[in-house]
Amino acid sequence: MNTWTLMKRILKQFRRDKRSMALMIAAPIFVLTLMWLVLDGDSKTLNVGLVDVPAPFQETLEKTELELTSMSLEKAQKEIDDGEIDAFLQWKEQKPYLTLEGSDPNTAGAIRNEFQAAAPNDPTKEMNVSFWHGSEDMELFDYIGPVLIGFFVFFFVFIVGGVSFLRERTQGTLERLLASPIKRSEVVFGYLGGFGLFTILQSILIAVFSIYVLKVYMTGSLVYVLIITFLLALTALSLGTLLSAFAKNEFQMIQFIPLVIVPQVFFSGLFPIEGLAVWLQAIGRIMPLTYGAEALRGIMLRDEGIAEFQLSMYILIGFVVLFTLLNIFALKRHRRL
Amino acid sequence: MSSVVQMNNISHKFGKTTILQDINLSINKGEIFGLLGPSGSGKTTIVKMMTGILSPGEGEVFLNEELMPSLKQMKRYGFMAQSDALYQELTARENLDFFGSLYKLSKSKRKHRIQEVMDMVDLMKHLDQPVETYSGGMKRRLSLAAALIHEPEIIILDEPTVGIDPVLRQSIWQELYRLKDNGVTIIVTTHVMDEAEKCDRLAMLRDGKVIAVDSPDHLKEGIGASTIEEVFLHYGGAAQ
Repeated sequence: MNTWTLMKRILKQFRRDKRSMALMIAAPIFVLTLMWLVLDGDSKTLNVGLVDVPAPFQETLEKTELELTSMSLEKAQKEIDDGEIDAFLQWKEQKPYLTLEGSDPNTAGAIRNEFQAAAPNDPTKEMNVSFWHGSEDMELFDYIGPVLIGFFVFFFVFIVGGVSFLRERTQGTLERLLASPIKRSEVVFGYLGGFGLFTILQSILIAVFSIYVLKVYMTGSLVYVLIITFLLALTALSLGTLLSAFAKNEFQMIQFIPLVIVPQVFFSGLFPIEGLAVWLQAIGRIMPLTYGAEALRGIMLRDEGIAEFQLSMYILIGFVVLFTLLNIFALKRHRRL
Repeated sequence: MSSVVQMNNISHKFGKTTILQDINLSINKGEIFGLLGPSGSGKTTIVKMMTGILSPGEGEVFLNEELMPSLKQMKRYGFMAQSDALYQELTARENLDFFGSLYKLSKSKRKHRIQEVMDMVDLMKHLDQPVETYSGGMKRRLSLAAALIHEPEIIILDEPTVGIDPVLRQSIWQELYRLKDNGVTIIVTTHVMDEAEKCDRLAMLRDGKVIAVDSPDHLKEGIGASTIEEVFLHYGGAAQ
């Protein structure tokens, strides 16, 4: 009951505080767009050689943005070596085989996206993809999109949630709240609920924008993406409000960014960490973003269902529960009951 | 006779600094009880202990004979803190509606009470204005209104009239007297001497100790002083 009262109040405050609202929705979208402009580099024309491609499929491909040239296999192999073309497509045993130049992960990713878009669901056109130069680099680009969505949601919810709970402390309203018959748990749940409702909206906007406007590589279910993004937001919210107990003012709250947020960027899979020492990898295992990013990557890149990403999901839920309980406990400092 | 607030052998430290030392207070139903002392003497700490948002290091606090903190007792007092604990983005109406809801007042009751308390503090004209546009004195009055919204039987006020002009201060005190006539117990901290005179009984504080408790007149008579200020200086000096 009091939880609901508090939720309503938070939503009202949001309606008044347009700037914080904008920070939580527009800022992630803005930064994601900027990163995509930098990483995507789509002004470049992509040259693709076609080797013995059947006419109907060639027609489909002509609708794409790709610059197509028909050529022999030898010529294609020579041109891809010289960097004249970025990829070539050939037909073997009724199946398309795509060979990507592969040294520039951005180009390789873009070509693959174009082909997927041209022939999305037809199983006979299940494409075999190989790389002329290496293959591992290719992954980096695709890896980054889902992680970035998770990261920006996490970052901005952490800041706004943490600071607004901190303000409740510094402006004396927390004390005023606790001098009323509200339970400590109702305060914490009220915050989770009020911000939670708002982060649902935020998660939807950011995910939809990334997938449909920025065209981040995505094969899985949007609903799953939203579930994970929302859970990540709740984790950030509960962690932010918990840590605000250890900050005296907004400035000290901002000091948590290099301590709590930045390390998560390094360990959450934005950069490959497979080669690192075991104890270093273990650091990543205690970070919420690692699990969020892992689940998002699974859903968006590999079309994983609940069965496959459920462990990450449960761990995220576990983080939310843990931080929430700690937060209720931390409020004991203000009122024993 | 049962006391509304009972504090037994309270001592408290923040780190190594002793804030309160062996405080015993008993506040009767329906009186205006003043806590008078210079800043840093422990007034706010005592008041916070009464509300239950601070637990004493030693000793016990009882409200209506129940050990604090108790959620049941928290409904029965209204608290106005030294800082204006208000949500700046929200209007006065939204603030009061929020605090009223915390005490589980029905919607119609809240509407009715918001009118009453806003009239009381003379802010009715500014009901739908965001609090951030209020002046300091207006915020102070709105804080008072918020403390009264649920018709509490005990009102705990920490420096209620700071930053309020004499005319309004007068009207606030009239309001407090009216509440007292309805049987409400009022506990108020102050460092203003003429306000102290208005209390039924006074506890004089210095360096975390209660140096005297009595009615203002008795305090003055006891040492042959003509003003509370002299009393304060007398006891304060004696304590050193």
